[in-house]
Amino acid sequence: MGFRFEDVDGVRRSLADANYLADDGIAGIVYLADRLGKPILVEGPAGTGKTQLAQSVAEITDARLIRLQCYEGLDESKALYEWNYKKQLLRIQASGDDSGWSEIEDDLFSEEFLLTRPLLEAIRAEDRVLLLVDEVDRLEVETEALLLEILSEYQVSIPELGTVAATQVPLVFLTSNATRELSEALKRRCLYLYIDYPDLEREREIVLAKVPGVDANLADQVARIVRSIRQLDLKKSPSVSETLDWARTLVLLGINKVDAQSATDTVNILLKYRTDIDKAVKEFADRPDDLVDDGT
Amino acid sequence: MTAPEPTRSQPMTVTEQAETPAGGSHEDTPLLDLLSGFIIELRQAGLPVSLTENLDAMEAVTHIPIEDRDAFKYALGATLVKNHSHWRAFEVVFEVYFSMRGDEYTLDEVVEGEGPEGEPGPPGEGSPQGGGGAMSGLTPEQLAEMLMKALMNGDQAMLRALARQAVMRYAGMEPGRPVGGTYYLYRTLRNLDLDGVLEGLMDAAREEAPEDLTPLEERLERDEFSDRIEQLKQEIEAEIRRRLVADRGVEAMARTLRKPLPEDVDFMHASREEMADLKKAIHPLTRKLAVRLVRKRRHGRKGSLDFRNTIRHSLSYGGVPAEPKFRFPRPAKPEIMVVADISGSVAAFARFTLHLVYAISGQFSKVRSFVFIDGLDEVTRFFEGVEDIGEAVHRVNTEADVVWVDGHSDYGHAFGVFWERFGRDVGPKTTVMILGDARNNYHASQSWLLKEMQHKARKVYWLNPEPRAYWDTGDSIVGEYSTHCEGTFEVRNLRQLEAFVEKLV
Ligand SMILES: Nc1ncnc2c1ncn2[C@@H]1O[C@H](COP(=O)(O)OP(=O)(O)OP(=O)(O)O)[C@@H](O)[C@H]1O
Ligand SMILES: [Mg+2]
Repeated sequence: MGFRFEDVDGVRRSLADANYLADDGIAGIVYLADRLGKPILVEGPAGTGKTQLAQSVAEITDARLIRLQCYEGLDESKALYEWNYKKQLLRIQASGDDSGWSEIEDDLFSEEFLLTRPLLEAIRAEDRVLLLVDEVDRLEVETEALLLEILSEYQVSIPELGTVAATQVPLVFLTSNATRELSEALKRRCLYLYIDYPDLEREREIVLAKVPGVDANLADQVARIVRSIRQLDLKKSPSVSETLDWARTLVLLGINKVDAQSATDTVNILLKYRTDIDKAVKEFADRPDDLVDDGT
Repeated sequence: MTAPEPTRSQPMTVTEQAETPAGGSHEDTPLLDLLSGFIIELRQAGLPVSLTENLDAMEAVTHIPIEDRDAFKYALGATLVKNHSHWRAFEVVFEVYFSMRGDEYTLDEVVEGEGPEGEPGPPGEGSPQGGGGAMSGLTPEQLAEMLMKALMNGDQAMLRALARQAVMRYAGMEPGRPVGGTYYLYRTLRNLDLDGVLEGLMDAAREEAPEDLTPLEERLERDEFSDRIEQLKQEIEAEIRRRLVADRGVEAMARTLRKPLPEDVDFMHASREEMADLKKAIHPLTRKLAVRLVRKRRHGRKGSLDFRNTIRHSLSYGGVPAEPKFRFPRPAKPEIMVVADISGSVAAFARFTLHLVYAISGQFSKVRSFVFIDGLDEVTRFFEGVEDIGEAVHRVNTEADVVWVDGHSDYGHAFGVFWERFGRDVGPKTTVMILGDARNNYHASQSWLLKEMQHKARKVYWLNPEPRAYWDTGDSIVGEYSTHCEGTFEVRNLRQLEAFVEKLV
């Protein structure tokens, strides 16, 4: 079987070409997933590029992205497949009395009445696909079990039709915001990737890649300030998407050098909680000597 | 699934033979031996590594060369660590087991003539700027200057070389000495005076700047330099660890460095660093718990059939009641009173418990909290309308009025005050949680107060942060109190605390 990537660095470079800035961990694990034919479970704080990673990998591997967005109450009929019972009802009505029941029954549970949902669609695809199961932690534990067969065997059993197996091993990404512990069974089947907030250099690169009109200097300042803010003890640290929003705002306002005033004026884009905003503003406006004092 | 034998023969480095267990089978390459020892140690450290994951790791390393140490580490991590809070523990074990692998990581001087186990490695190869050797002729002043410059420029390779040199010069490591890594670290850092270095860097930055630095700029510069200094410290630590591993062997070092996972850290004996980890862990934990509880409440029980709603929905299916609808019963939420000893050794436990209880206070119809040492104070007000529970908990510890006579726990007196002032608020919907080690300093127990309480309240629970084995030893009288409680629980760590709180709801 052909592999999608030559080596780890190749993954990193292709992703960078697609404007996704990966670190060694991210690139290494994507590479490994391809080699081992295993799904990746991606966890990490909100807005650190988990979903984007799957999208970007789809892009660089020329794969069609099939996305299952999870939510509470999502069940088999929305995730896997469903029988189109309205159509089935019509079929029964149309058949009248003359045909035998077993004949109708066979007919009722055939392709024609099958509604394919994302998981089944990914398994049956003839073309290159990438399956993204987004925010899997929102599923109920029982529903999680639906995924297990697919994740380890790349097949789906449909009682009425038999087993549908994938003709190719698609790349599979699952993302989670860790609102709950996922089951051991699920984790065992996956490679685990934790995407944390990026380090200074990577965040600067992300800003440069994603924000039109930003110059290197401003990107650097933005990344530095965000790093400093993340060091504070906050209720919610700024995510990458918030960094990007902030950089865009600064560009729009024509600010090319961030000072305490402009930082204070726009910090509400980075931080959502009042107490966090107050903390940050205080940090940036205070005299440095005060900072040294209470920094201990 | 079978574990394929790695086809690639791994290049060997210095200390390999030393760590290979004597009984290793002949088909296995030494890397696999090392890997299985590594995984055994991970399990010892508490990480739940399953057989599948073990096999995955063995397969993964056939795809990523060990020379690419970072990629190698992430490959192992991805197959073996499925919980981010275990990453730190994983890293420590990884450093110990694989720190001697890869050219770049061979030791220069130390390995030579290092007893019967190690063969001398390729001298000084791969380390930038000639590793130890080239620098050993420098005066301390020259070294300090190079360090300053490397930090100023953020020169990683140079910093690594300097870290090695500093350890060689200042740590005073001798083979076989029974002291821990922290001792060597301390000695090295003391000689480097990194606080002074930071100020020096700041001065240099101020001088270089065309005009005065604004507070914001100061702050950013300082953070940047602190970050680089932190990296230097980590290099130093890593270097010390490498040398210790070379001296003592992998397994012994792993044992020495083994630390409990955050969820298993004992509240009563947490080090400062562990405490910081605990604090970090509490927030995601409460969030998870809250989400889980809300879901449980909503979905856990199906109510009776909601007939009307079912009919309404059936209209879209031509009158077939295809989708039965249920009424969700709203079970009455309990009312919680937390009564917590916040004296010395149990204070941390009280803090975490209060934090957790308030974080999920939505699950209760009402939460009131009381803290005591020998006096007692209601602290509910600190939590009212605040966003930041951590802040409120902090205020409880600093502002609550809990000392009556001498500031030594007196459960009997505290219960007396509680009963006299708040006893009338305890009713059949109230669940009382008492937190403490019941070490009463030989005061009167006044346990009849608990008996009264139990009569009026719905439930009385006692949470004790001490190991069960210590209960009722010395001045602990938890046994006497627990005769008047519905349950007495050992709650020494976050794992147990979470389990209890979940049961409570
Ligand atoms: N490494 C990166 N390179 C380029 N862009 C990135 C990177 N990381 C994050 N982004 C950008 O940040 C934003 C947030 O990313 P994304 O939506 O993928 O986050 P997420 O982790 O899935 O968040 P959530 O947990 O909220 O779903 C997107 O606009 C994405 O393009
Ligand atoms: Mg997402």
